[in-house]
Amino acid sequence: MTDISAAGAMPATQPKNSLFVQDDLTRRRNAAEARFKWYGIVAIVLSLSVLAIMLFTIFRDGTSAFRQASVAFPITLEADILDPNGARDPADLAKVTTIGYGNLIGQQFANFLTAEGITVEGISDKDISGMISRDAPGRLRDMVLADPSLIGQTIDFNAYATGRIDGYMKGRVTLETAELDSNVSLEQLQLADQLIARNILTSGFNSGFLTNPDASDQRPESAGLGVAIIGSLYMMMLVLIFTLPVGVAASIYLEEFAPKNRLTDLIEVNISNLAAVPSIVFGILGLAIFINFAGLPQSSSLVGALVISLMTLPTIIIATRAAIRAVPPSIRDAALGVGASKMQTVFHHVLPLAMPGILTGTILGLASALGETAPLLLIGMVAFVTNYPAGPFDGGVMDPATALPVQVYSWASRSDPAFIERSSGAIIVLLAFLVIMNVAAILLRRRFERRW
Amino acid sequence: MSVFLLLVVIAVLSVAGFVLCRQRALKSVDGNIRRLHSLPGYYGWFGFILASIPALLALALWLIIQPLVIERQLSSFFPAEMIEDPSARTLLFADVRRVAAGLDTAVAQGAMSEDQAERVRTEFGSVRDRLAAVGVALGAEVTPAVLAAAQEYREMARVGVIGRSILTLILSVAGLVFAIRATGPDFRARNRVEQVVLALLILSSTIAILTTVGIVLSMLSESLRFFTMYPAADFFFNLTWSPNFRGNSELGLIPLLWGTLYISLISMLVSVPIGLFAAIYLAEYASNRVRSVVKPLIEVIAGIPTVVFGLFALVTVGPLLRDYFAQPFGLGNSGSSVMTAGIVIGILNIPFISSLADDIINAVPQSMRDGSLGLGATKSETIKKVVLPAALPGIMGAVLMAASRAIGETMIVTMGAGAAARLDLNPFEAMTTITVKIVSQLTGDTEFNSPETLVAFALGMSLFVITLGLNILALWIVRKYREQYE
Repeated sequence: MTDISAAGAMPATQPKNSLFVQDDLTRRRNAAEARFKWYGIVAIVLSLSVLAIMLFTIFRDGTSAFRQASVAFPITLEADILDPNGARDPADLAKVTTIGYGNLIGQQFANFLTAEGITVEGISDKDISGMISRDAPGRLRDMVLADPSLIGQTIDFNAYATGRIDGYMKGRVTLETAELDSNVSLEQLQLADQLIARNILTSGFNSGFLTNPDASDQRPESAGLGVAIIGSLYMMMLVLIFTLPVGVAASIYLEEFAPKNRLTDLIEVNISNLAAVPSIVFGILGLAIFINFAGLPQSSSLVGALVISLMTLPTIIIATRAAIRAVPPSIRDAALGVGASKMQTVFHHVLPLAMPGILTGTILGLASALGETAPLLLIGMVAFVTNYPAGPFDGGVMDPATALPVQVYSWASRSDPAFIERSSGAIIVLLAFLVIMNVAAILLRRRFERRW
Repeated sequence: MSVFLLLVVIAVLSVAGFVLCRQRALKSVDGNIRRLHSLPGYYGWFGFILASIPALLALALWLIIQPLVIERQLSSFFPAEMIEDPSARTLLFADVRRVAAGLDTAVAQGAMSEDQAERVRTEFGSVRDRLAAVGVALGAEVTPAVLAAAQEYREMARVGVIGRSILTLILSVAGLVFAIRATGPDFRARNRVEQVVLALLILSSTIAILTTVGIVLSMLSESLRFFTMYPAADFFFNLTWSPNFRGNSELGLIPLLWGTLYISLISMLVSVPIGLFAAIYLAEYASNRVRSVVKPLIEVIAGIPTVVFGLFALVTVGPLLRDYFAQPFGLGNSGSSVMTAGIVIGILNIPFISSLADDIINAVPQSMRDGSLGLGATKSETIKKVVLPAALPGIMGAVLMAASRAIGETMIVTMGAGAAARLDLNPFEAMTTITVKIVSQLTGDTEFNSPETLVAFALGMSLFVITLGLNILALWIVRKYREQYE
């Protein structure tokens, strides 16, 4: 009774409490609700904007790596410098070092500028020849050694400009920064301006970035990803060869045949733990076992592939098992029912049906393997490699090589800002490969996905 | 016979085994395959397996054992004190092999006859010069003992090659003959083949165990070698890390461990709230359309290689923090800092936490939400009071796994955290971690057997134990406290 009377008294004392007007508590609770929802939105916006900023900075810094400034001028390959004996004997020609060619290029460039009437107050000869990449003498020498008949002729030579001049054309180097920089002088930049106006110094697509091997600290302009791309390709091939059969075999055993016993439990625990072991530990394993114990060559793509395979195997096994499990038991029952053996059921029916899922998982596993860096540092793939590895059937997998992500790291750790640009450019190439692999996986899944 | 040639011969014999056994099976029943126990192909595969697998196993074993036997035999050429030290021993035998290979090249190029190569002596002139003439560069003059050992090595290698070829060929042919003789209508070829296939499947699945054993053994043995050179108590409790390439280094774990944990802590402060709120929003609030767009986008972060994050830390985040936070507040002048690496690792871990937490939240039964909403709770109250407590063990597991990933992360800290080991509280100072030091100690040019290099294995062992411990703890929490819903 008291309850009813109390309730009856309430409307008079609390007029606010109606369906149309919210009381304080409701308002607070609704505000908390809205706040909570906003936290979620903020978290998502934050993480996506960080992703956007990261990709933006990389593309901003990296796209310029695909352009390169170069100088085009005629060069007379004077016979009395390049072949003093005049016999065109390859052994004699090889005696002229790149220093000789460098002097020739410097002289010819200076002569060319004088002939064209281009001059800058107070510029030294050293400044003039210093505008051309130190990579040019080597390239010219290789050209001459490959074709000695060029000697004595005048050819149109296209040389890379040095990293600083290249940076000036891309806006990275300005007159203000040049004043503080001992590697470039103001006169050189003024000369560059004139050359740009005459269309002698031009900037074009840099195919060398994708094909050249790495270059030393002094000549960022000629550094390229050639060896890294080959090394990464070799490694991915080998990783595929190593992991796919073993991974599929292990998954088939664990999903279809393994009895519930100690050994099976041990294998399961090991697989899940290996998936969580830090990647650098696999690098230590590779160094200790494959290099120090088995004596395989350091920096080779074979060792890199072995290490990465061990790392990728758990991922591939987990994906493959999921694909095998997705095949409905009715398929197995039907096969067994018409008299197939267990092994025939698995290999003739389950495996083909699970194949699209297995391949999708494998491609995704390879994509993450392609970006792996830390273990490769320990097995020496960070070494400075300027020779292309041999072909895959000539033992090229034993030759020293480097890999795309490792090249990103080693360029990023050099001091010249031109290498930061190259490093970002290398990331763009790496991301392009990753996008291709992921798109392939998605298409495969779309095309062959089957709903049971 | 070279290994490649042997492999080709074995391949040919195996294919022959397939064809012959299949034909013999068919012939034994006059082409009426219903009288055979197995399909004819299985007889073929049986022949293939017997001709290849024993021979290949023997070849592999021979290739592993022969160098060990030869090395043991050659030990008699050198005084005992020269081969006691394992590293000197390795170098010595590398020398022997190089000289032997040089003699082989010389013979192959015709600069020496086979007879000369066997009888050349150091007393008659410099062997090094003669080998240099055929393009084999040797570091130092060849000592008489090394030359004699190299000649013996060539002799033994030659015998070894002959023995190897004979053994594998006999095994292959014997297997082939056995398979052909066994083939008949009553022979259970399918069962035999399936047994072998099953054995191969089991073998493949044990690779996971072998890898773990390999990791533990390799790190354990090198770590023990390190502890014989450097006291374990100093390693675990010394407060200074200052490797010195002339010896007398102080190699204390504590500063590295502190840097590692500090960076991981900051990364968790970034990734846990962001990842968790993102997961809650995606699981509870987002419409299907938003979810189908945003979830893959967040997972893109997980697909980006860590070295990209490393460059981002080095080029963008580091200078940003230095110019707008550290320098104005007088906290430091370093672009690489605990804060830089921590924030970037945090970003890297957002998708890891959010996708795990998303799955866990989705696994909480809808009836619990309905009950809470039916009692008048708002959506956020339901999440805070009902869903999250139910999902807590799983979320704790995810957080611990993320922590273990942060501790083991290498590239971001190598590029963003700095290289100076110090015990400091200021997050804008450069500090270093276990993984950074593993990389720097193992990629330097120091001698492999010095404590400065071997310490990397002890560091790796500590890292392995810490991360494994965290993962096991995570699994244990998930198992122990998981609520079982119908």
